[in-house]
Formats: sequence, C-alpha cells, structure tokens
Amino acid sequence: MNEMRYFPREKLATLIAAIKEAGYRVIGPRVEPGQGGLVYCEIAGAEDLPQGLSDEQSPGRYRLVPNGSKRYFAWANTASAIKPYVFVPRERLWSVVRKEGRLHFEPTHGQAEKTAIIGARACDLAALALQDAHFLRGKYVDTYYRARREKLLLVAVNCSHAASTCFCASTGDGPEVSGGYDILLDELDEGFIVRVGSSRGAMLMTDFPTTAATTEQIALACAQGEACRTAQTRRLPDEHLLPRLMQNLESPIWDDIAERCLACGNCTAVCPSCFCHREFDNPALNGKTTEHWRDADSCFSEDHSYLVGEVVREHTRARYRQWMTHKLATWVEQYGRTGCTGCGRCTTWCPAGIDFALEANRLLADEEGAR
Amino acid sequence: MNTATQSPKPRVAIHKFASCSGCQLAFVNMGTDLIELTKLVDIVHMVEVGHVAPEDEQVDIAFIEGSITTPHDVERLKKIRANSHYLLTMGACATSGGIQALRNNADTAEWMRSVYAKPEYIESLSTSAAIANHVKVDFELWGCPVSVRQMLAAIRSLLFGVPPVISREKVCQECKRRGNNCIMITQGSPCMGPVTRTGCGALCPTFGAPCYTCYGPAESINAASFGVRLMGLGLSAEQVARKFASVNNAAPAFSEATQLFSGSAWMEE
Ligand code: SF4
Ligand code: SF4
Repeated sequence: MNEMRYFPREKLATLIAAIKEAGYRVIGPRVEPGQGGLVYCEIAGAEDLPQGLSDEQSPGRYRLVPNGSKRYFAWANTASAIKPYVFVPRERLWSVVRKEGRLHFEPTHGQAEKTAIIGARACDLAALALQDAHFLRGKYVDTYYRARREKLLLVAVNCSHAASTCFCASTGDGPEVSGGYDILLDELDEGFIVRVGSSRGAMLMTDFPTTAATTEQIALACAQGEACRTAQTRRLPDEHLLPRLMQNLESPIWDDIAERCLACGNCTAVCPSCFCHREFDNPALNGKTTEHWRDADSCFSEDHSYLVGEVVREHTRARYRQWMTHKLATWVEQYGRTGCTGCGRCTTWCPAGIDFALEANRLLADEEGAR
Repeated sequence: MNTATQSPKPRVAIHKFASCSGCQLAFVNMGTDLIELTKLVDIVHMVEVGHVAPEDEQVDIAFIEGSITTPHDVERLKKIRANSHYLLTMGACATSGGIQALRNNADTAEWMRSVYAKPEYIESLSTSAAIANHVKVDFELWGCPVSVRQMLAAIRSLLFGVPPVISREKVCQECKRRGNNCIMITQGSPCMGPVTRTGCGALCPTFGAPCYTCYGPAESINAASFGVRLMGLGLSAEQVARKFASVNNAAPAFSEATQLFSGSAWMEE
C-alpha cells in the first residue's frame, strides 16, 4: 500500500478535481490578503494554493515571503489546519421547544459533509490523533466530532521547510508524516511523490496516472525531510524529564512568564490538540425555544476555572502554569503521551511572543538547579 | 417582577444622559425583534421614540445610556434608581464615562471659558462619570454602541428570573473562533483585542482592522506587557497611551494604562 509513485506538478489540479468529483468539499491553504497569511478554507482547485511562497515565523510574528519557486507547500504551517474542521469552534448541539406545557428536545444531528483537507502536516496529523483520543474516547464519544471525523479525507504533505518556531523533531512527530493519512505527498521541484495510506486513498488513486518514483526522487524527498529536521533549532526537553514540571510549581519563572502573558488564550486557540470547550444556551426572545451551543474555550479565561462559585485560577500565573503543565505533564497520565506535537503555533501566534519550548527548558533547568 | 399595578407586562424604561444616542439608535434599529419585545414588555419611557414618563414612574428594568456630567443628572439618576427594580447600563458612556470622560483630567473652567460666550450659564460637573460612580448598577452592558443582542439576552434572562450571563473574556477568543489569522502577528497591526472585552464578535479584526476597545477592559488584562508589545510594533509611548484613552478611557484598567504610558495625566500635553 505504501508504494512510492510520482506525478508531475501540473497533475495536482487533476488530483484535486478527482477528489471533488468523489463528492468532497476541498479545504486547503489559501492566501487571504486581509488576514495577511494563509487560511485553510474551501478552495476551487490547485490555482488557489499558495504557489511560490514560504513563511517566516518567530515568536509573535508570521510573514509570507516569495521564494521564486513553483512549489505549493514550501512553508511550514499556518494558524490552523485540521482542528476547526473536526472540533468546530462554535456549534449548536441541540434545541428545545416548549409545547403544550412540555419541553421537547431536538438534537442537531451532525450532517457532516465529506471534507478533504489538502496539505496537512505531520504535526497536524499527530495532533488529530490526540483529538481523537479525547473526543472518541471509550464510552464517551462526541457524536458531533465523530460525524465529521468519519467523513474526513486527509491529503498530507511532508515538510520540506521548517519555520524557526518548529520543534516537531524533538517531540518525535515530524517532519515526516508517520501515519493517519489517506494520501501522502512529498513535493519536489518538478512534481510529487505520492503514497496511499488507506483504502479510501487507494480508491481515489486508482485511475490517477502515476509512474514509479525513481531512486533519485526518493533520495531527494528523504534529503529535504532530513534538512528540515536539522534546520530546527528549538526543542522541547526530553519527554522523560517533563513530569518534573509538576515538582516545580512554585518556580519564580511562572511569575516571570505571567508578567509578559496577556492571558488572551491565542495559544490554546491555535494549538491543534487543545480541546476545551464550554456550553451555553441561547433562548429566543419569546422564551418558547432555546438553542444549546458549544464554544471552544481556553484555560486562560476566568470562566474556565469557575467552580462552585469561585474562579480557581484567578491569576495569569496559575493559568499559564495550567496550560503548560497540562500540555506537557498531566496530559501523559490522561492520554499516554504529551499534548504537544511541536508545531510551534503557540509561539508564533502569541501576541506577547512567549516562547513555549524555551520556557519549558528554563523551567526544567531551574528545577535541576534548585535540587 | 412586575412592580407596577396597572399593567400586566413588565415595564422597561430607557433613559438618556450625556451621550450621542447611538445606543438607543442601535436599540430602535433591532428589526422585527422590537415587535416581539413590545409583546413581552411595556416600554414606558424612551425619549428617542417619543415615550415620556416621569422619573418617579415605577419600572421593572431601567436601561441607562450616557454618563453623568451635571448636578441635575445626579438628581435625576437617583430618582430613577429609587424607582427601578433592575438598573442596567447600556454602552460605554454609562458604563465607563464614555469618550467625554477625556475631559476628566482637563481644566473644566478653562475649557468652559474658551468655548462658551457666557460660561456662567453652564452648570456642569468637572467630570464625566460612569453611572456606577453614583448609584448601584445591577448589570453592565458595555460597547460603543451597545450590542442589541446582549440587551435582548439580558431582558430575556431577567424575564426568566435569572441573572444575565455577562462574559468578560477577550476579543481574541472570538476572533479565533471565527478562524481569523491574527493581524497583529501577520501585519504588525496594533490590535487591542488582547485587552478588550468580547461582545462585538471580533468585528474589526475580521475585516482586517485593529480592535478599538469599544467593549472596555476584559478581565485579567496585562496592560503593561501589552503596551510594551505595541511599542515593539513601532508605536511611541504616547501613541500607546492614546490607544487606551478611547471611548472607555475612564474605565479604571484603561485609565491606569493611559497614565502608565503617557507618564502624566491625559490631556495635559
Ligand atoms: S502565552 Fe501568549 S498566546 Fe497564550 S495566553 Fe499568554 S499571551 Fe496569550
Ligand atoms: S487580530 Fe486582534 S483580536 Fe484577533 S487574535 Fe489578534 S490581537 Fe486578538
């Protein structure tokens, strides 16, 4: 199933057309001038993809820059990719109608559309697996999430370019995709190496003309993955050290971070694995019907820790500490691994430019010094 | 909650103090909900649409637009408070003092002399104050103008007999739910989302414009760090101060931020 095939660049349009033909709405990265970057949204075809652009990312900064190449995927990532299409940031869960003195509950049945996401990265797929572990867990399956997840087709791309904020090599989640895709691409100067990872992907590729990838092409793909790995300068501390964050809850470094942190929650919103949400009601003015909604929430909001009449994490210090210790330490007890896949989004999209990996390293260095 | 005897419906009054009437206009402009609303409540006082009731008229819900700027305002407000079961502020002026609170640090007498031919006929307080500076406010609805959706939700909650849900989270949360890329990160735009309270649905950043602080300070803001960040984008300290000194300049968190970055009381330069 994992045989490496090749097709020239201009055939990407045909592949996308075939996916549409199969009934999928196609979501892909597109330049949104008003937003100053790439946004994953519905695209008409390959012509909407960001050709000849790379990204420059650093803490609190993201810019697209022309790179003179014909490549579509010569950038690392953008604020979001898969997450909003499975864990929808605002959705109606059910509604209630008052009729003849009784309440009638009507669930919003998840009529999910068949959705293909083009250009998912290794960090995104690893994070999707984490979201699955949360929303599809044991007896408590989130049916809204599941409906969308089952209709998802994932066309992944191996990274050939790392942003300065990327650290997926240190979490072991990238830059090469290791699984969870339907179709996987490696972009070369002239075309793509393609692999299929599921029967759904195989079906789509049946009539699509490809040739066997040459040893030379495969070597090029391996080399650019390797270059991407070595280009990464940030790294998370080794996984076995991370639980020690829990022994360092009173470090003055948390205060130092809280001095800069805006408690805006941009980090949790862009994090591909964060899943917190809250529910609320939206009654009609006439009081006869109401809708029950769900919003993505953040551990940086006061409501998030509002328990039995009080806000437990009043200060930003406690909120940042919750975010980092959950992501890197207590997540392991819950889901068997950390909640960080090294995408670096929390760092790029932090308006205060707080460097998550750097702070984690500082906290552990401090802990070692203290003991 | 019906405190008046002659009407079976709860009674609502909308009072105006120093303001541009924009909140009332937003209210009038709500569309068909206004028809539904009048089935549920009696709007007994709203000068903007021609309903005038005396100030000692008993009402269940009083909305207050505008800030307190004259001794007469104070008297009128006290009467309204005494005769209203619930009192809610609507909009920036009533909730924080409004744009006109910029005069709070100026020499009022001097200004009066320079503007009016006969300043002795003007009776004015030296400040533009939020309603809560004078009377107890039950719930605050921020915004410039107020969000009619929030007003209706507040009325609906009070009719159900529960307190309105009032979120103090930051504009950024809503901006991100809308799937926006942050314009501060991608364009260095001095967006005030990280310090501003939600309510508008992240209207401006969604259209590529930086947030202007219409809904006042959010909870747990970090004005010092944020101001430094804005300076990193190229703003001067004075420009940062002006960012905070907008329609909600007199909200304590914003006036402190203004002082922090202007280094002196606002308007003295
Ligand atoms: S770490 Fe950055 S993005 Fe996250 S809440 Fe703090 S300031 Fe906002
Ligand atoms: S554009 Fe403004 S409101 Fe939106 S995330 Fe950025 S700072 Fe926050």
